[in-house]
Amino acid sequence: MLLGPSLAVSAILFSLGVAGVLLRRNAIVIFMCVELMLNAVNLSFIALAQQLGPQGQVIVFFVMAVAAAEAAVGLAIILAIYRHKQTVDIQNINLLRG
Amino acid sequence: MTEIPEAVRLVWLAAALPLLGFLANGALSLFRPAARRAVTAIGVGTVAAAFAVSVLVAAGLAGSGAHEPVVLTYWSWIPAGDLVLNLAFQVDQLSVVMLLVVTGVGALIHVFSIGYMGEDPGYARYFAYLNLFIFFMLVLVLGSNFPVMFVGWEGVGLCSYLLIGFWFEDKANANAGKKAFIMNRIGDAGFLIAMFLIFRSLGTLEFTEVFRLAPVSFEVGGTLITLITLALFLGCTGKSAQIPLYTWLPDAMAGPTPVSALIHAATMVTAGVYLVARANVLFAMAPISSAVVAGIGALTALFAATIALKQWDIKKVIAYSTVSQLGYMFLGVGVGAYVSGIFHLVTHAFFKALMFLAAGNVIYALHQAYHATHRHEDAQDLRNMGGLHRYMPWTAALMWIGGLANIGLPPFSGFFSKDSILAAAFARGHDAPIFYVFWALGTVGAVFTALYITRLLIYTFHGPNRTGEAERQHLREAPPVMTGPLVILGLGSVFAGVLNLPHVLPAAGWLEHWLEPVTSLGAVFLPEFHLTAGTEWGLLALATAIAVAGIAAAWRLLKPEALVPARQAVPERGIERVLANKYYVDEIYDALIVRPLIWFSERVLWRTVDALLIDGVAVNGMARLTRLFGWIGSRLQTGQVGTYVVLFVLGTLVLLRVMAG
Repeated sequence: MLLGPSLAVSAILFSLGVAGVLLRRNAIVIFMCVELMLNAVNLSFIALAQQLGPQGQVIVFFVMAVAAAEAAVGLAIILAIYRHKQTVDIQNINLLRG
Repeated sequence: MTEIPEAVRLVWLAAALPLLGFLANGALSLFRPAARRAVTAIGVGTVAAAFAVSVLVAAGLAGSGAHEPVVLTYWSWIPAGDLVLNLAFQVDQLSVVMLLVVTGVGALIHVFSIGYMGEDPGYARYFAYLNLFIFFMLVLVLGSNFPVMFVGWEGVGLCSYLLIGFWFEDKANANAGKKAFIMNRIGDAGFLIAMFLIFRSLGTLEFTEVFRLAPVSFEVGGTLITLITLALFLGCTGKSAQIPLYTWLPDAMAGPTPVSALIHAATMVTAGVYLVARANVLFAMAPISSAVVAGIGALTALFAATIALKQWDIKKVIAYSTVSQLGYMFLGVGVGAYVSGIFHLVTHAFFKALMFLAAGNVIYALHQAYHATHRHEDAQDLRNMGGLHRYMPWTAALMWIGGLANIGLPPFSGFFSKDSILAAAFARGHDAPIFYVFWALGTVGAVFTALYITRLLIYTFHGPNRTGEAERQHLREAPPVMTGPLVILGLGSVFAGVLNLPHVLPAAGWLEHWLEPVTSLGAVFLPEFHLTAGTEWGLLALATAIAVAGIAAAWRLLKPEALVPARQAVPERGIERVLANKYYVDEIYDALIVRPLIWFSERVLWRTVDALLIDGVAVNGMARLTRLFGWIGSRLQTGQVGTYVVLFVLGTLVLLRVMAG
């Protein structure tokens, strides 16, 4: 039931997320795009769970939990960077340059 | 197998006692160097006891009448596959002769050393080394296979090095020690190659096995046996100071004089002669090698004798005389007269040790005299001696005995031994005329021997004294502890000739008969020596005439009155200068071998190979290469999160593509 459209929406969302991560400079926006990708993946899991059984739904819960933890850590890092550099523009952050 | 006599079983004690002495004296030299009495008791006692054991062993062997060598195996030393090496001693007629010479002369020289080295601060160290030397020398002569012999061979080389450089504070002495050690290494390479070849072709290194298998495995005069014996002889030229490796021996006189007597005259340097006599089967089967041995020996005998004519250092004269006499021994074993070679080895051990120790007395007296007046003159220079027979009559008389034995004047021992060698060379000339040439070389060498020995004795003991006015009051005869051993050696120098009298005399050839079980192995490959009684008498008369004429000529020609002390002497000219500078052989070796070697080592091996290639290209180059890769890799690390993300995504896509197949 509606498997094809669901996966298509998921793919579109994931691609948007990737594009956002690649193209945007603002760390907050990049972070949101990562979340978008995670949720796109969640959508695929749900859609496929219809046919393949409940494991997909279980995985979705795991992803949500990990995403929550990641959000906490990620936002904390961004906050720390902002305090340090007064900006969240990733082009200004290059401490690891070789 | 006949029953081994109990006395012969004791032979391990002969070697173990000096080793024990070395350990005890070594410990004393480290912790109680001032305990001279203990050092003396241990040092001399162990060697004297070893001599007593040797006498028992010899008596036991003689009593058993055994014709087969007695091999006593103590433990398995290197069991490795086909190669099984035992630590084993072989007691036979030849090793017993060496055993008696080494411990007998060794014990006398130990006694002498009590006096000579009495005031030296390194007294304990000296006796430790000397004991160790006796131990290794006994391992050398008793070893029942080539590797055990080689252990002794290397060990005596080590002790020689340690004792030449005994007064190592003086750089010249340390250098002389190094020279001896390095030149011996060249010869030792030959010894090793010979052992490899023997093992490769026969699969064993035991003497009894090798000498049993050699006649059936090798073809007489074949390439392999010639190579083996030539390689062995290369080892002998190093150890026994023959051309071309002889130059270390005169320099070895830098050591204490008793060391020169023991190691560099009586025992160690004769190891090469012993080796050839021991391996007489191999040499008898290789006529070319034997001719080489005889030729080198004859050449060395003459060559060294001419150098000895113009040396001023009393020890250098005797050192070149030793080289020359060793040449005679090799001439003997080279012509196949193994008994004559060993015979000369024995008599030479007596008279040359006597000469050296007497020279030690002279040096000791002069040294004390100069010490008393605080003058710094050379106590070894003949030009600072003269007329010493008035001050040291015992030493003078004994050194004359040693000298006459060295010249080969009848009835002194050297006459019989040297004559038997020259007679054997003459006899071989009948089959191979080249041996007439060797005989002639040896005979001319005998003339020079008479000249330089007489010169040495006249300049030392006769004519006016040149030591110095004030010093003359202080010239004394050496103490009895030093003259005593000389008297015994003097008796040996006079009477050792009876061991092997020429065939034309009654009671002849005792040593020949005694050594027959050893030499009969090689004798089957040698032509029968045959000299008519007339020829033999003729040769004896010729040898006597040469000795008498040489002494008389030297007595008439040399004018000790015309000599001036070393400090005022003018340098020689012409041929005398060439002789005084030993034909410039050291300089030639320096220019041809040492300097190119140093140049090659420094320019090529050090600066090019080591500094440039290994350090520069290999080690530092590898570091630089790693750093270059690191630098290239670090270019990827922009620090820009964006770049990382792009690469990450690209990487993921590539992975997905790959995994999707």
